[in-house]
Amino acid sequence: MISDRYSIAGVVSLAVLAVIALSMLLAPWLTPYDPLTMDYEDQLLPPSSAHLFGTDLFGRDVFTRVLYGARISLSVGVLAALLAAVPGLLLGLISGYYGGPFDQLMMRLTDVALAFPSLILSLGIVAVLEPGLVNVTIAVGLAGIPGYVRLVRGNVLSVKEALYIEAAQAVGCRHHRIILRHILPNISASVLVLVTMDVAWAILRATSLSFLGLGAQPPTPEWGAMIDEGRELLRRAPWVSLAPSAVMMLAVLSINLVGDALRDALDPHTVSQ
Amino acid sequence: MGLVLWGVVTLTFFAIRLLPGDPATVLISQGGGSAQDIADLREQLGLDDPLPIQYVKFLGGLVRGDLGISLVSHRPVTDIIGEQLPHTLALATSATLLSVVLGISMGVLAATHRGSWIDQLCITLAILGVSLPILLSGLLFILLFSLVLGWLPATGQGSWRHLVMPSLVLSLASTGTIARLVRTQMLEVLPADYITVARAKGVMERVILWRHALRNALIPVITIIGLQFGALLGGTVVTESLFSRRGLGRLVVDAISWKDYPLVQGVVILGAAIYVVVNFLVDLSYGLLDPRIRRS
Repeated sequence: MISDRYSIAGVVSLAVLAVIALSMLLAPWLTPYDPLTMDYEDQLLPPSSAHLFGTDLFGRDVFTRVLYGARISLSVGVLAALLAAVPGLLLGLISGYYGGPFDQLMMRLTDVALAFPSLILSLGIVAVLEPGLVNVTIAVGLAGIPGYVRLVRGNVLSVKEALYIEAAQAVGCRHHRIILRHILPNISASVLVLVTMDVAWAILRATSLSFLGLGAQPPTPEWGAMIDEGRELLRRAPWVSLAPSAVMMLAVLSINLVGDALRDALDPHTVSQ
Repeated sequence: MGLVLWGVVTLTFFAIRLLPGDPATVLISQGGGSAQDIADLREQLGLDDPLPIQYVKFLGGLVRGDLGISLVSHRPVTDIIGEQLPHTLALATSATLLSVVLGISMGVLAATHRGSWIDQLCITLAILGVSLPILLSGLLFILLFSLVLGWLPATGQGSWRHLVMPSLVLSLASTGTIARLVRTQMLEVLPADYITVARAKGVMERVILWRHALRNALIPVITIIGLQFGALLGGTVVTESLFSRRGLGRLVVDAISWKDYPLVQGVVILGAAIYVVVNFLVDLSYGLLDPRIRRS
């Protein structure tokens, strides 16, 4: 019964995600406004049928900016997640399969990296790379690598002892073939779940960094930068900051629920509470 | 713990020195200055030494509590951090306390009323807490409690009333995580034989819950509290900015914008050090909670 409810949540959130993704792609056809053109006649208008989420201090349509912002935030999220997953997967596979000094080194390195609270690690990387949206994506991605190394290595260690791996070794399979053809498919489910969850996490992280003024700069229609712009207007025009943050939460929550559903669907052993 | 701390310091030191620009040049070019000024500043910052010498000097300074001089204000980094640390610690500590007290109470309440509306309410609140980003919950709280109801000040600091909203907002995610974990742990412990025995002996239900059941359910919860503390430390950065509070978060964001590398380095090292020490204390506390661990 629990799993039924979860898959319904999964389907609903997948639908929500599809709506967000579609409207982000179709943004130019869905709204007559431009995300950057200012219109001082229409400053701080409350939500109406002409402006679904109202207008901001410069008379720009907030709904339009949220849609265009989805393009930025979702691509930053996906890119950062891949940037963490690909090297993390590779290092974790090597570390777990071969063991030895390389494994020791990786474990000590991840120990150190995980000793930084993750936002502080991202902040430090942004400081080294200099602020900006691209560097925020890189920073969020890099900060995610140690988590993947740990997860993949752990999974490899448990799969490595299986009889079919021993059999593959016995018939003389090469190491890279065993890793790619026998181990990788068996750990791909949990990696896929982590990547999904990681997209949500990366969106949240990148939005926070832009909110702090270290990522996308105004007038870029990015959710974090929009929230920052609207923060001072909370009394006069709450929609300017609430609209992007609410849509951000919707996106993040649905991605997480899709991840939950994926985990339940892919792995019959885990039953989430 | 010492090894990890050393790794943290070393990694931060060399990462900062990987910077493409020379901090002295960056600094002087911002304020305007001659080649002589740059050379003087390089000497003053010790940038003329070879990297290994700089590293050893840095470690030596660190042991004496010297994190270098801020490039912007030319004051010792330790002094600047010392001024801001109490603000951040107050926020982080009150948020931790809130999430521990609220999370454990909600978890116990949900577990003892399993399946009822109280359970449902607690679960829903917990999931809501976990999924609300600070950037949304903070805005909603300010809107409701400051602008509509006028109960609490939206920004600034000084009194406990300034601390209520930021710590509550910061604690939401941890509260939800702890509540969910406490609930599952309690549900596992409550059917145990020793609970039945305690009931049969006629021990008061309150004592059974808090002394027999909760204590045995607590070890994984303590672990999570330690891990959550890291998220909480990171969260203070966003929270301080959202509520316009002074503290390490504002300090580090400003330092990044000003390219004040010694200051960034100091805050990053301190953040990691606090997190490591808290998790070390968490490891130690297992022994206090569970005599079996103490004996081994």
